[in-house]
Formats: sequence, C-alpha cells, structure tokens
Amino acid sequence: MTTDAPELLALQRRMAAAVMRPLTRDEQMRRRDENNRSIADEADDFIKPNDRLSSFERLEIYNRQYWFRLFSSFEEDFPGLRSIVGTKRFERLMRAYLHAHPSSSFTLRNLGSSLVSWLTENREYGAPDTDAAIAMAALEWAHIEAFDNEQRPALTAEEAAALDDNSRLALQPYLRLFEASCAVDDALIAVREASAGASAQASNAVAIHLVRRTRSLKPAPGQIYLAVHRHEDSVYYKRLALEDYSLLRALESGVSLGDAIEAAFQQSAIAEEDRPAHIQSAFHYLMQMGWLCTPKENDL
Amino acid sequence: MPANRFNAFTEYGVGIGLRVPHYRHILEKKPVVDWFEIISENYMVDSGRPLTVLDQILDQYRVVQHGVSMYFGSAEPFSREHMRRIKDLVRRTRTPWLSDHLCWGSVDGTYTHDLLPMPYTFEAARRTAEKIREAQDFLEIPIAVENVSSYAEFHISQMTEWEFLNEVVEQADCGILLDVNNIYVSSQNHNFDPKDYIEAVPADRVAQIHIAGHSKFEKYILDTHDHPVLDPVWALYARAIERCGPTATLLEWDDSIPTFDEVHAEALKANRYLNSQAALAESA
Ligand SMILES: [Fe+2]
Repeated sequence: MTTDAPELLALQRRMAAAVMRPLTRDEQMRRRDENNRSIADEADDFIKPNDRLSSFERLEIYNRQYWFRLFSSFEEDFPGLRSIVGTKRFERLMRAYLHAHPSSSFTLRNLGSSLVSWLTENREYGAPDTDAAIAMAALEWAHIEAFDNEQRPALTAEEAAALDDNSRLALQPYLRLFEASCAVDDALIAVREASAGASAQASNAVAIHLVRRTRSLKPAPGQIYLAVHRHEDSVYYKRLALEDYSLLRALESGVSLGDAIEAAFQQSAIAEEDRPAHIQSAFHYLMQMGWLCTPKENDL
Repeated sequence: MPANRFNAFTEYGVGIGLRVPHYRHILEKKPVVDWFEIISENYMVDSGRPLTVLDQILDQYRVVQHGVSMYFGSAEPFSREHMRRIKDLVRRTRTPWLSDHLCWGSVDGTYTHDLLPMPYTFEAARRTAEKIREAQDFLEIPIAVENVSSYAEFHISQMTEWEFLNEVVEQADCGILLDVNNIYVSSQNHNFDPKDYIEAVPADRVAQIHIAGHSKFEKYILDTHDHPVLDPVWALYARAIERCGPTATLLEWDDSIPTFDEVHAEALKANRYLNSQAALAESA
C-alpha cells in the first residue's frame, strides 16, 4: 500500500504556500511574506536559479500562473456579479474570496461554491448594493449547477396518480429555486448577451488575464421567484408565481404533499375557491417539465 | 512501439484534442479524424451538454481520455470521489488507455490547478509510482504518464528529469505519453540537450506522443498551446518516431484556437514522419 514521502510532502507544502500567496497590486510576486521574511531568500532556499532567471523569478512564473488561471475561471463564472459591483470592486472581491476559499476540488467548476456564503459574511465586498450582489452571485451559482447537475428519472403519470396528502416528492437536482428583491435574471441575461462569444475550455496552457472595464449596473427593483433549470441542455430562468415557488420550496424541504400545498398558499392572495384549480394547473406544469421525482432513500 | 501493452495494442493514427469551439463543426460535418483526445475533467460531470456532446462524438469516433488533475506526484492520497468519477467516465468512453501528467498540483486537499514540477528524488519516484499502480489497479486500464513543461528545478533533485521518468515508469510498470514540445520547452528553460532526453526514453513504453506549439519570451519559454508546432519540435518528433515506430500522435491546441480544418491540417503534418517510418519498417 502507500507509504509516506515526508520530504516530498514538505516541499509541496512549501511550494504551494508560495504559489498561492496573493500577488501585489501590479500582479508581481510579493517581496515579503506574512511574517515579513524575504521571499527571495525563501525561493533561493529550495529553487535553483539558472543563467537567465533567479530562484525568485522562476517561482514567480508559477505564482502568477496560479492566480491568472483562477481569475479567468472566476471571471467567466460571475460576469453578472462584476456588472453589479463594477470592475474595480470585483477585482478586490475576487482576490479576497479566492484567498479565503482556494479550490478544494479537482475541477474549477466548483471554484465559486462558497461565494454566496462568503459574501454574506463579508458584505463590504458587495457594496454599494450588497443584497443585489449576493442575489446575482446566487443566480450565477445556480446557473452553474443547473448546467450539469444530475437529471433523475421524472415522476411518471402512474406514480403521480398514486400520490396522496402523505406522499413526499423530490425535485430534479438540476432545478434550483431562487428568490430576490430585484430583477437579477434580466440583468444577467443582458450581461450574457452583451458578452456572448467564446467560452474557453479548461486546458493546461496558460490563461491570459484580461481586464475589461465595466460600469456597475443596477438591476430593477421588485420581488422575483425563479426556477433555474435545464431543458435540452440549455439553462433557463423561469419566473414563478409566489404560490408555485412556495410549493416547490416546501416539497424540496421534504414535507408531505398535503403540507406543501398548504405552504403554497400561506401568503397567497388567491381566493380559497380558486386554489384547487391553481394546484391542478401547477402540477400539470411540473409534470410537463419533469421537475418532480421520487425521493431517494437517503433524501428522506 | 506503435502498438504495445501501454496503449492496449491499438494502432491509432493522428488525433486532435476535442475542444468546445469545434463541437458544431464536428457534429455537423463529421470530418474524418483518426481519434479525439478529451480532457477528462470537462466530462466528469453528472449530466448536461458536455455528456450529450461526448456521447454523440463517441457514436462516431475513437476517444482517448487525457486528464489534468490526477496528480500522480502529489504526496497526498487520491480523492475517492475523484477516482470514482474517472472510472465512470472510463466506462463511458471505453478509452483504451488513459493519460495524465507526471507532476503534482494539490496538497492537503487544496488544488492549484497547475501542473507543478516534481523534485527528481528517489522518494518522489517511489511515491509517484505507487500512486500510478494504485490508479491502474482501480481503473483497470493502462496508464501513460506525460512529461510536463517546467520553469523551475529544485535543489533536492538527485537525477535528471529523464532519469526520474525512467525510474517512475519502471517502478509503476506504466506507459509514457511523450510530449516532445514539453521536452523542448524544458530543455530551453533548464539548459539541457533535448536529444539526450529523447534518446533516454524507453521506446517500448511510449503509448502516445503529444505535439504542440509554445511561446518564446525573453528569458524563458512557456507551454501555451496556442501556435502551430515549431521546427525544433518537429525535429524531436522525427527522432522519437524513429526510435518508437509510428506511434499514436496528438496535436494539442488550447488557446487562440483556429478553425477545425486548420488544427487538423497542422496535426496531419505528423503523417510525413509516420508514413516514412512505416515504410521503413515494412522494407526492413
Ligand atoms: Fe501535452
């Protein structure tokens, strides 16, 4: 079986710490570390120089390459957030977030997985309209999940016919529910249309870090309820009525169908007598979209 | 050797990397291509467009998996979840062999997403070989390790890069994905003769060859995969083919990607060398 390699591990910890250390404002490697020690001395200590480059300069190639790769991935994932906070603040936000949450996955797809919770705890980075910034980050993360999350077998008509008040249902993993107090969906569609074009694929070649200036954009105010979902491999943002959104949220939380229907109308203005018809058409739509599934054993 | 146990005794010709900007062209025009190499990580997802496209490609083409994140050289153990996803994809693609890099890139569960250079020590060779063996056992297909481009060397190294490569592949009993562009880039950055490297490679373990373009800066050369193949790299390729025989060859083009036809035409230049080698072998 596997054995220890203490010298290798020590070198890798040392190099990773250097490679992942934040750059200076002008994208160079820092001269001093967190404890004010010389990074040139540190580099000399484990990296060989050559006739053209010092140890510091050789290490710097990797330090810059690390950050530029992360920047370009993050920028590609969150163009809407950039449009809300503006380029300058976005740069600050991105650097702080990536320093706090370096990648813990083999894929860069998951780079932004902690962004919403981080931004909620570090609200100053989303200023001036932090709520809109958080909503946009959440929408963009939902988009990433809707794009390639699992698609499970949808509930069949026979299974649906056998449902009763005590039944429990699950939602498709690619369906993400989302609410916000401004129209970030329209704002994001506008941003994506404006920058429609090449989406680069991951590669081991070096990504070039391009900074495009954008002014900050304000999404229109107004409460929205969204289903971010996938249909024929494309991601869509579907605005939902409050009742339908509440119903899906309740089903997602694992309550029984009867309780979910009750939750759907908790804040509803729909008249009591119109509710059965509303639920019927809501279910018709959910079945048509294939958003409902039977819960897996461990979902319950 | 062209067909050997490290490429499952296949005789693949000249392939190119499958890249998003070419999806539409390939699916609509169905060009004749010997094989495609995919970046495994782009398809290690649960569902959605990447897998839909991959399945369509698999219906018509031979596909070989190439990874960028197994990090055989990372001291830490493999992530179970990661290995399970690779195995799922291996089942889907039926790749005859699988390649990833002789490098490291993660430590203590944090990923750099880079291909970082190894210290060429006996300890590192042993640990790396163990991990390759473990991956081969788990995935149940031959693995070929690729030499990377590097920009730094370590004081603790005890041997040359090619000695390290030999040490690892002998101990792991695995194949080699010989990247002749990476050999050239590293030779320029570390002042060695790339021919010495080519001559030292165990020819019978070479499962596949990579060719690519690079970028020259004032003080170093960067492996950018955004250019046609340069002459000194073709020269190394010619020598590699002489030693190994007409081996499955793949052109990597990852940035500033031109049209499909341009990339394919550049790759097919390899046939000049492959055909003359095949003719030589026949007459012998
Ligand atoms: Fe390569």
